[in-house]
Amino acid sequence: MAVVEVRGLVKHYHGGRVHAIDGVDLSAGDGEYLVLLGPSGCGKTTLLRTVAGLEEPTSGDVLIGGRVVTRLPPRARQVAMVFQSYALYPHKTVFANIVFPLRAQGVPPEERHRKVRWAAELLGIGPLLGRKPRQLSGGERQRVALARALVREPQVFLLDEPLSNLDAKLRASARDELKRFQGEIGTTTIYVTHDQVEAMGLGDRIAVLAAGKVRQVGPPVEVYDDPADTFVATFIGSPPMNLVPREGRLVGFRPEHLLPVEDVRSPDRVSVPLAVDRVEYLSGDRHVYGVVSRIGAQTRVVARLPSTVDTAIAAGETHDFAVDARRLRFFDRDTGLRAEPVRLGS
Amino acid sequence: MTTRISDRAGVLAWLFLLPSVLYIVALVASPFVLAIAFALSDVSAGDPSYDYVGGRNFERVFDDPVFWRSLGNTFVFTGISMVLIVVLGKVLANILVADFRGKWLVRFLVLLPWTTPVALSSISWLWLLDSIYSPIDWVLRFFGFLGPGENLYWLGQPGLAMTSVIAVHVWRLTPLAAVIMMAGLVAIPRDIEEAATVDGAGYWRRMFEIKIPLVLPVAAVAALFGAVFTFTDMAVVRVLTRGGPNDATQVLASWAFYRGIEGGDVGQGAAVALFLFPLLLAAAIAILRVVRRIEVW
Repeated sequence: MAVVEVRGLVKHYHGGRVHAIDGVDLSAGDGEYLVLLGPSGCGKTTLLRTVAGLEEPTSGDVLIGGRVVTRLPPRARQVAMVFQSYALYPHKTVFANIVFPLRAQGVPPEERHRKVRWAAELLGIGPLLGRKPRQLSGGERQRVALARALVREPQVFLLDEPLSNLDAKLRASARDELKRFQGEIGTTTIYVTHDQVEAMGLGDRIAVLAAGKVRQVGPPVEVYDDPADTFVATFIGSPPMNLVPREGRLVGFRPEHLLPVEDVRSPDRVSVPLAVDRVEYLSGDRHVYGVVSRIGAQTRVVARLPSTVDTAIAAGETHDFAVDARRLRFFDRDTGLRAEPVRLGS
Repeated sequence: MTTRISDRAGVLAWLFLLPSVLYIVALVASPFVLAIAFALSDVSAGDPSYDYVGGRNFERVFDDPVFWRSLGNTFVFTGISMVLIVVLGKVLANILVADFRGKWLVRFLVLLPWTTPVALSSISWLWLLDSIYSPIDWVLRFFGFLGPGENLYWLGQPGLAMTSVIAVHVWRLTPLAAVIMMAGLVAIPRDIEEAATVDGAGYWRRMFEIKIPLVLPVAAVAALFGAVFTFTDMAVVRVLTRGGPNDATQVLASWAFYRGIEGGDVGQGAAVALFLFPLLLAAAIAILRVVRRIEVW
C-alpha cells in the first residue's frame, strides 16, 4: 500500500505533435480508490501506463510510496495491472497464469501455491485452476486477471477499463464485487474508465480528464453537484447538465432539478416556461424535452421527472417548470469555468 | 428476367477455380502420375519404350548402398538445417520486430539472402569455400588457426562438405523462416507482453514463457515448409559439391536427378524420387497434427 503521485507529468508523441498528457499533477492517497474518467483519447490510459512504467513520460515524475520511480522498469515498481483485454496468457492454465508473477519474483514453491490458493479462494475461482483461458467466460477471465494482479500483494492496483468487456448485466455485479474486493484488500487503486456510472459507483475520488489535462478532482458527489467547468458538467450526468446562455454566462441545472412548478417546494425557485416537444419514458423516469425561455436565451433542455411526479405533460403544450435557485450553477461563457452566481428572480 | 453468369455461384466457382486446377493438373498431378508410371517401367534415355517391370526398380534402388547413404544424408541435411533455420529464424525475427535506429538497413540485410538468385549467391559461396583461395581459410591463417600454406578443402572433405552444404542452405532459408516467425511475433497482442512485463518478467522469461510458446504454431508451420523444401531440394548440393566427395553430400533429390536425368535411368530416378513422397506425407500430417494440438487461441 502506498501513496501514488504524479508531478507535472507530460507525455508527447510523434515529436511533440500529440500531447497525450499535458501537465498533470495528481495523487492517490494510501488505500484510496481513484478513478480517472474521461472520453476516449483524453490521456487517461496513457497516464495509467506511465504509472505502471510501460510508458516513459516526456517530463515530470511518478512517485510510489514517496520514491521517484519515473525511470524504473515496471517490475521494480511493485504495481499490478489489469488490462482491458485481461491479457491472460492463452497457453497457460489459470493456475499458471496466477502464479506467473510469483515465479518472476522468485517466491519459493510452497508459498506460491499457498498464495495462489488464497487469491483463487478470494475470487471464487478455485475450481477453474486447471482450465485454459479460452475455456472461461468473460466474467471468469476478469476474475483470473484480478487474481493474477492480487496474488503478489502489490503496492498499487492499476485497472484499465476492466469491466468494458462484460455484458451490461454482469458489469453491474462485477462493479459491486470490485468495490467490495478493494475494501477488503485496502490497496491503493487507480481505475481508468470512460463510463461515468462506473466512476461514480467505484471511486473515492474522481479525476475528470480531457485533452491530457485534469479538469476536476473530487469525490463523486462534488464532481456531480459542483462541476468545475462546462466540460465536467456535460460529461457527467445522463442526460447531461442543461446550459442556458445568459449575458456572458451559462446558467446550468441538472435535468432532475427541472420539475413542474408545483413540484418544486422551495420558496426560492426560478420558474421557467417549457415548450415541450417530446416526452420519453425511460426505466421509470420521464424525460421531457423542450425549449426554455425567460431564464436566458431560448435553449432546448431536458427535464428528468421521477415516477413520483405524476403531473400530466404532453408534447406540444407549454408547461410551467421551475428550478430550486440553490441548484443553479453558473459558468463563464468564454472560458467555461465556474462564475459568480447571479440573481435570476422568480 | 435474364440470369447473368455472375449470379450463378456454382458456375462462377468453377470458372474461378479452373486456372489453378489446370495449373496443378499440368505441373503437379501429371508429373506425379508420370513418375509412378516411370518407376514401374524400364524407360531409359537410350530406350524410351515403355515396358512394365513391376517393383524391380525399387528392388535395385534398395540394393544400392549409395541410395541408403543419400537417405541418411538427406535426414542429416534436413534435420540439422531445420534446427538451425528455426533457431536463427527466431533470433532474426526478434531483430526484425525490434525498434532501433537504422533498422531498415538491418531488415534489408536480413532479407538479402532470400532475394538473391541462387545462381548468383552460389558463385560467391563457391569462392568463399574454394579449396585454395577460400577467404575463410585466409582469415583462419591470419589468426593462426591454420599453418602457412594449409587449407581446409571445404568441399573436398566429407564432414566439411556436408557442413558447407548445410551452412549455405541455412543461409538461404533463414530469412524466409524469420519473416514467417516475425508474422507470428507481431500477432501476439501487445497487452500480453506488457502484462508479463508488469508481472515482473524479464526479457528471457518473457521470451521463453510467453513469446516462444505463442509463436510455436507459426514456427511449426515454418518448420514444415522448410523441412519439405529442404528434403526435396538439390540446388545447393548440385551447385557446391555435385554430391561429392564420394557421395558424402549426396541427398535423395540429387541422387534421383543424377540417376534419372544425368545417368539416363529414368525408371530408377523416378523410383528414388517417389521414395520421398510417403516420407513427406507422413511428416506433413504429423506436423499439422501437432500444430492443431498446440493451437492456443
